[in-house]
Amino acid sequence: MSASPAVAPDLTSTAWGLLAVVLQCCVLAAVSPILIGVMRQVRYRMEGRIGPGIWQPTRDLLKLARKEPLVAPGVRLQGVMPIAMTGTSLLLVALLPLMSTVTIPLVPDDLFVVVGVLLLGTVAIALLGLDSGTAFGGMGSSRHMTIAALVEPTVLVAVYALSIPVGSSALSAIVDARIAEPVSVVSPVSLLALVALIIVVVAETGRLPVDNPSTHLELTMVHEAMILEASGRDLGWVEFSSWLRLAGLLGLVANLALPWGVAQSMSIGGLAVAIVAIVVKVMLAGAGVAAVEVFLAKVRLFKVPELLAASFVMAFLAVTASYLVV
Amino acid sequence: MLWPQAAAPESAAMAQALALTTGLLLLTAVLQLWRRSLSGSTSLLAIQGAALAGLVITVAIAEGAPELFAVALLVLALKAAIIPMLLHRTALKTGGTLETSHRVHPTAGLLWAALLTTVAFLAARPLVSASPGPLTKVAPVGLALVLLGFLVLLTRHQAVSQLVGFVILDNGIATVAFLTSGGVPLIVEIGVMIDVLFVVVILRVLASQMRSVFGATDLDDLTELRD
Repeated sequence: MSASPAVAPDLTSTAWGLLAVVLQCCVLAAVSPILIGVMRQVRYRMEGRIGPGIWQPTRDLLKLARKEPLVAPGVRLQGVMPIAMTGTSLLLVALLPLMSTVTIPLVPDDLFVVVGVLLLGTVAIALLGLDSGTAFGGMGSSRHMTIAALVEPTVLVAVYALSIPVGSSALSAIVDARIAEPVSVVSPVSLLALVALIIVVVAETGRLPVDNPSTHLELTMVHEAMILEASGRDLGWVEFSSWLRLAGLLGLVANLALPWGVAQSMSIGGLAVAIVAIVVKVMLAGAGVAAVEVFLAKVRLFKVPELLAASFVMAFLAVTASYLVV
Repeated sequence: MLWPQAAAPESAAMAQALALTTGLLLLTAVLQLWRRSLSGSTSLLAIQGAALAGLVITVAIAEGAPELFAVALLVLALKAAIIPMLLHRTALKTGGTLETSHRVHPTAGLLWAALLTTVAFLAARPLVSASPGPLTKVAPVGLALVLLGFLVLLTRHQAVSQLVGFVILDNGIATVAFLTSGGVPLIVEIGVMIDVLFVVVILRVLASQMRSVFGATDLDDLTELRD
């Protein structure tokens, strides 16, 4: 479905669309380590610590990229899965309408494709955890898949609720409709679906009430347990892909909540504004998440399904309510 | 009918207000099944009462019935302030601040809530199709509240939680009444509300009695008759 009538499916628009997609991937890839730096720095400052500055994750990544990975004998996937994870994260960022809502047929930004790509990344990291053959790896993978199985239906139902008033499951069409009618952002359907979506994004990216990204406590860790055996370059790719995924998903939520600044047609000026807008939005969203995390403790693993069931019911009620407002 | 049509612009504001108030009613009822603390439960009940008052005001504007504003004030005073406050004080006095029921796990309770909401919407289809209109369209929410109130009554042990379930049930009945018939006459409305208030006060006394006899307000202790 073409989102904007001004764009005819000819060669120029395809070139523009490809340029926008490539630009989007590059900007998000460059921003994601800085985003993590900002989030950590916000946390440190609020806890009264000085912190290493916002460039530390970038420096870590560059350091890891130069190091040779150590692979135990018999482990086959450790060289492949980090690259596969980075590939799915880049694909996810390419599919989401983060900078422009102009779509090209090559890149279907349909909701179901996006959820499929999300799940692909989840499976890749779970395989990485299982392949190392250690107790922690398997435990982390099993926990991660449990959470993923509870998260994916909520993502689908929440975005479905947002797509009902628009009449299309293409994410770019949803963002377009929100720019055209800003009142719809504060409608009860949209608020319920956004709250549900925020909870599942937090769960999907392993942030605080669900998983603590800064500890290696064996009883609770999920993400860290799966990547314990990765080292050197491989660890760098794994970390980068999960940061990129976080940046993309935060950008999606930010664009659904505050759709302004997204380019609706192709021009150099529009894209420049869109780059600035998405960087500011992702940074603000990340700082907000980090600030809220300071006040949260990790919930017990057995209470995570409770939280996710609540978010599912909210998304479900959003769908029921969206049939009420018609 | 996968993608319904967009709303007509003139009724859009009222439809938004209806969706907001009924959505809040439903959400506060569903979240009751998640919260374990009794004080959280009573504050959710207060929000629900305020949402019901908002719904009555919306109905009053939609139907052009000025006497409903008085009813809205009554609802606001009784269901958003007095009853939740009484329940909150009962919870503090009887000592039980946590609902420790394990009859239904909160996760299962939330999924039951989703199921019951669906059942309510399906069961109310004849009602909605009998007189199609913006008000009757949201009437299934009242039915869902009745079912959720029953669920709370069935799954909770504490006396205060039972009262909360009872008030949710009553809110559901009132919602259906306002949405399908524009409310019952004012005098009947006052009678029903006073009735609910009396039930809450009597059960509150009963809860204090239970507390002094058993040392707790868990209804499972009531297994034999005493004099």
